[in-house]
Amino acid sequence: MQPLKRLASATAIGLLLYGVGLWLQDGLIEYAQRIVLLAGINVILAVGLNLINGTTGQFSIGHAGFMAVGAYAAAFFGVKLAPLVQGLVGSGALADGVTFNLALLVGALLAGLTGLLVGAPSLRLRGDYLAVVTLGFGEIIRISFNNAQFLGAATGYFGDTPAGLPAYTSFFWVYAWAIAIVLLISNLTFSQTGRSLAAIREDEIAAEAMATPTTRLKVLAFSLSAASAGVAGGLFAFMQSGIRPEDFRFDKSIDMIVMIIIGGLGSISGAIVGGVFVAVTLELMRDLQQYRLVLYALLLITIMLVRPEGLLGSRELPALLRARLGRKRPVGEAK
Amino acid sequence: MQRRQLFSLAVAGIAASAEACKKKEASGSAAGAGPGQGSEIVIGHYASMTGGTAHFGQDTDKAARLAVEQLNASGGVLGKKLKLVTLDTRGDGAEAANAVSRLIDVEKATAILGEVASSLSLQGGPIAQRRKIPMVSPSSTNPKVTQVGDYVFRVCYIDPFQGKVMALFARQTLKLDKVAILKDVKNDYSIGLADAFQKAFVGSGGTIAIEQSYSAGDTDFSAQVTAIKSSGAQAIWVPGYYAEVGAIARTAARLGVKIPLMGGDGWDAPQLFTIGGEALNGSYFSNHFAPDQASPKAQKFVADFKAKYGQEPTGLGALGYDGVMVIADAIKRAGKVDTAAIRDALATTKDYEAVTGKITMDKDRNPEKSVVVLKIDGGKAKYETLVSP
Amino acid sequence: MSTLLQQLLNGLSLGSIYALIALGYTMVYGILKLINFAHGEVFMMGAYAGYFAALALGVQHAGSAGFPLYLAVLVLVVSMAAAALLGVTIEFLAYRPVRSAPRLTPLITAIGVSLFLQNAAMLAFTPNPRPYPPILREVRFELAGVIVTNVKLTIFVVAMALMVGLTWFIQKTWTGKAMRAVATNIDAARLMGIDTDRVIRATFAVGSALAAAGGILFGLDQIMINPLMGVLTGLKAFVAAVLGGIGNVRGAVLGGLLIGLAEQLTAGYLSPDYRDAITFVILIIILILRPQGLLGVVRPEKV
Repeated sequence: MQPLKRLASATAIGLLLYGVGLWLQDGLIEYAQRIVLLAGINVILAVGLNLINGTTGQFSIGHAGFMAVGAYAAAFFGVKLAPLVQGLVGSGALADGVTFNLALLVGALLAGLTGLLVGAPSLRLRGDYLAVVTLGFGEIIRISFNNAQFLGAATGYFGDTPAGLPAYTSFFWVYAWAIAIVLLISNLTFSQTGRSLAAIREDEIAAEAMATPTTRLKVLAFSLSAASAGVAGGLFAFMQSGIRPEDFRFDKSIDMIVMIIIGGLGSISGAIVGGVFVAVTLELMRDLQQYRLVLYALLLITIMLVRPEGLLGSRELPALLRARLGRKRPVGEAK
Repeated sequence: MQRRQLFSLAVAGIAASAEACKKKEASGSAAGAGPGQGSEIVIGHYASMTGGTAHFGQDTDKAARLAVEQLNASGGVLGKKLKLVTLDTRGDGAEAANAVSRLIDVEKATAILGEVASSLSLQGGPIAQRRKIPMVSPSSTNPKVTQVGDYVFRVCYIDPFQGKVMALFARQTLKLDKVAILKDVKNDYSIGLADAFQKAFVGSGGTIAIEQSYSAGDTDFSAQVTAIKSSGAQAIWVPGYYAEVGAIARTAARLGVKIPLMGGDGWDAPQLFTIGGEALNGSYFSNHFAPDQASPKAQKFVADFKAKYGQEPTGLGALGYDGVMVIADAIKRAGKVDTAAIRDALATTKDYEAVTGKITMDKDRNPEKSVVVLKIDGGKAKYETLVSP
Repeated sequence: MSTLLQQLLNGLSLGSIYALIALGYTMVYGILKLINFAHGEVFMMGAYAGYFAALALGVQHAGSAGFPLYLAVLVLVVSMAAAALLGVTIEFLAYRPVRSAPRLTPLITAIGVSLFLQNAAMLAFTPNPRPYPPILREVRFELAGVIVTNVKLTIFVVAMALMVGLTWFIQKTWTGKAMRAVATNIDAARLMGIDTDRVIRATFAVGSALAAAGGILFGLDQIMINPLMGVLTGLKAFVAAVLGGIGNVRGAVLGGLLIGLAEQLTAGYLSPDYRDAITFVILIIILILRPQGLLGVVRPEKV
């Protein structure tokens, strides 16, 4: 797309988001707004995790750790940066926006770096072993935050004021970042690099034999997915009064896995559907009270037994609809 | 390729909007009415009903239900029945915030009870404050909780007070010079109480022999107790919750550590004695009332709870009961179901006879309550002394 | 010095329990290449089975003479049988249908079963921690400045006895040999006429029974049980199995003891805050430096 067209569509989408955001703020009760925000954050988590688990076929079950790194980094830097930025541009929406996005970038960067540190030694391992190592790293990260006094340790990090962290997170920002990340990962997935990642998933040894730099690509995908989790963590932090290590337990990693499983491992649109589904369903199931989690677990088991490929399998929604409508598929497209 | 992505986005957008519309419709019907306009007064309770701290949430909730039942049996408040709506926080920060916003927006709560964990109260408090719905925490002891704003109250001691009381008791009454600290690093209640004790103890001339820690849910304390054994401590300050405290006492007895243990109101539960047994004899802890000197109101509460649930209440339960009762009392004194008036009534609570003592709210919305120090002897807790603020 | 010995003793007794649980992990993985995430919950259920069995047999009325030994053994046997049944049921309902699926699917199914059992236990048993009934009355004595209790000795003795029994079972009995065959090459074993389904069932049964024994011993030693006790302990036992070399029975025992010691020494000399973290650090180190484990053998991967 030419740069002008790109700019035009970006502005259009931006205005659309802003408009929808305003409409939701007026029209929806706060509770529902929270769910919409959490759904968007889940989409980022799911699409990011899908890149490494689904597209590249490398199993990570400790992703909550990267979300934690992003959350704490964004929260800490956001709080510390705010006065500096306000000193430069005065307080107000501009300062908040700048501080917020800078904080998110820091969160993404540090989370991505952590992903690199974790991925580099671990990605030599295959299958189950990799899964367990990522679980281990996730726990180590959480325990480290639990012992970090300057970040509030077990009580959590609530910024410098009793009112807690500033509520920067809004519909516009969550979905703007979600769209950006989905576009980024989509582009990657349907590019040459993405095809190499899929090749690694299908048959790593064959891919290696075809001179694909498998380790480098795996680490890249891993870091990118960690960085997305970091962005999600930062967005999450600024819609809570504070963040605690307990919010990033193994349970959270499992939630993320449920998201991509439901939609279908390897499908980006599936991840989006799964992310929204998990955010909404858990809340809707509140009426079930203490049976909620038991049923959630049964749901997971049932999906694996009955339809492990999820709702969309590894296909994308547009392709699925095209097939349904009987139109011809372009040559060379994956099934 | 651009089309495909835009398609996915459009679908996601539509899906999200559809959900949003559904929610709006669901709440639209109730959107007009404010809290308390119906024939019922809703008290929202957010608690950890599942997850690692489920027993705390459930204890509090049971007692809160008992309180609501009793209030309704005697005619309700201002002629209206009370309704307790409990939402589970799963011990999770996001769920806690969701629960509070749902209690306010969907359940139309007039007042909110919760949470036990200070870190979760700190999530719900700002929301309640912003929406101007009074919140009363039954057992969050971190001072920050009520600093959030003037709509947030509590009915329990704060850590600095309780820790100081026990530290001075150790120094002045028990004449101890060297004490070890064994705190639960997973609960900010324990950390806060440990810090407060340390400050006061060292500030009055004592020394801390050694500091050890554990996590709630741990079952093995032999390493920590062994380390304490060789530190020359004369007593161990264990400001944790009853389950671990009981196990720690047994471990200490098993390892031949004969010094007394000391703790706070987190010890208060019948399970303390079933788990700790004889190993607890000679230990001290601070609490709201002494079983052998309990007020008639406290005794009646214990009896009623036992009649309804077949077990004795824990200290957390007593505080949950009081939380509801204090809210109900404030509504009565306010004379109308108006959240601002109720807030003011809560702030001016004076000498309210609660199960856990006489409650007067100070200017920081914390209660000025006396602390009872108990000694455990023969498997029972007995009154030792009373300390007033 | 006595402190060090005390920590070592505590570490060994904790490690013996990890070893018992690790055996279940290692046997199932050896045969099915599946990490049975639900094994920690079987351990928890075994502990609760012992709890209820002991109460049913009237342990609280035992008086000062203590619970008679034959009843204690009965409690153990009943719990082990119950756990074996649970393990076989889980295999039948949740793992068998996905046995031929890509490795990911059974892994997630196992996680689902684990979550289900945890929450079902919370509902059924209430989340309150319970004190373990005194199936064994505790007797303490001091030896070279170290406090030793009969409970700790029992743990060690029972664990060792069960492990010796298991080794004999695997080496000398027909089913045991069949297990080893299936672990080596499931297709070849089937071709040789071995009923693989039966062998898999037996593996789950034996592993679960051992975990239950671990659960009862854990309850006796650690005094408290709660529905979530299997989560972290199960994970650590899995690490122990990996440390020793997954699929290797002796490795599981060695791994269990080492993890127990490492945890206790870290808690005693470094900081109790890191006692859980050390297990994961060991996991990472071993998988990076020697993924086949201490006693494991490198299996070349056929393309």
